[in-house]
Amino acid sequence: MTQESGSDTWTVAGRRFSSRLIVGTGKYKDFEQNAAALAASGAEIITVAVRRVNVTDPGAPMLTDFIDPKQYTYLPNTAGCFDRDSAIRTLRLAREAGGWDLVKLEILGEAKTLYPDMRETLQATEILAKEGFLPMVYCADDPIAAKQLEDAGAVAIMPLGAPIGSGLGIQNRVTIRLIVEGAKVPVLVDAGVGTASDAAVAMELGCDGVLMNTAIAEAKDPVMMARAMRLSVEAGRGAYLAGRMGRRMYADPSSPLAGLI
Amino acid sequence: MDKDSFDMAVGINITLNGEARRVLAGSIADLCAEIGLNPAKVAVERNLMIVPRSTLAQVMLADGDQLEIVHFVGGG
Repeated sequence: MTQESGSDTWTVAGRRFSSRLIVGTGKYKDFEQNAAALAASGAEIITVAVRRVNVTDPGAPMLTDFIDPKQYTYLPNTAGCFDRDSAIRTLRLAREAGGWDLVKLEILGEAKTLYPDMRETLQATEILAKEGFLPMVYCADDPIAAKQLEDAGAVAIMPLGAPIGSGLGIQNRVTIRLIVEGAKVPVLVDAGVGTASDAAVAMELGCDGVLMNTAIAEAKDPVMMARAMRLSVEAGRGAYLAGRMGRRMYADPSSPLAGLI
Repeated sequence: MDKDSFDMAVGINITLNGEARRVLAGSIADLCAEIGLNPAKVAVERNLMIVPRSTLAQVMLADGDQLEIVHFVGGG
């Protein structure tokens, strides 16, 4: 199970991936920078949004011209949806546009915090699963809600570490760990990562992966940060697999006490 | 016949991506061609129902249709 051997893969809904980093494609300066950061991140899955075509400028460059949907797994999201029906409608369109059933469900409760509306999210998860979708679900860091989502057909549980775009890092390690311990499907921290150490924390808690956008896109140098995130996800995963030392209240010398002069 | 009377004869009124628009009567594939869109890169919803890409050339627009044409953009 070492990363050097390349065998540390993870599986969501029967699909196997090597990279445990999923990156968003929003907020970049341009498509070129987005594509360069994606390459540096090593990610195999990218989230994308579904929006109206600009019918007055139909020849404008499109994301798919810069990031090949055959090379990367596009994960359509429902960002901006505040209710069940608009989220489902969005994903039906996404499935028709791209032919993909693996999707990211995200139903927001309010604009200020972008916290998920878990009642709408749970209902939408059930409906989408019945329609043959494979929903990876953005959710509150609530172990009970996570179980309910799993029962409703979520193929991955994606609790927030902190509010979307906040960069505050993982606010409650205990609840993330409780979700990891209770889940039979992959758990990915989605939202809240600000810098590399935050991603490492998520992986050290035993998460299967991390999803981020702003932490890379709003870095001074997004391509360099993308690489740092790739390394931190690998480092955190390695530390989790290695099994960290126990915590002690007081010091324990590393050099032998015997033989002192 | 001049353009105005031509529009009166064969044009229909639809709502496309939230905006009122007068277009030539025809299929959704015809509409995509008219506005210069590649149907392979978009998805179409007509009156809240998905129109499968394989049927875009068969589905004819009707006066008053509500159309949404979407594609993938950057997002988190």
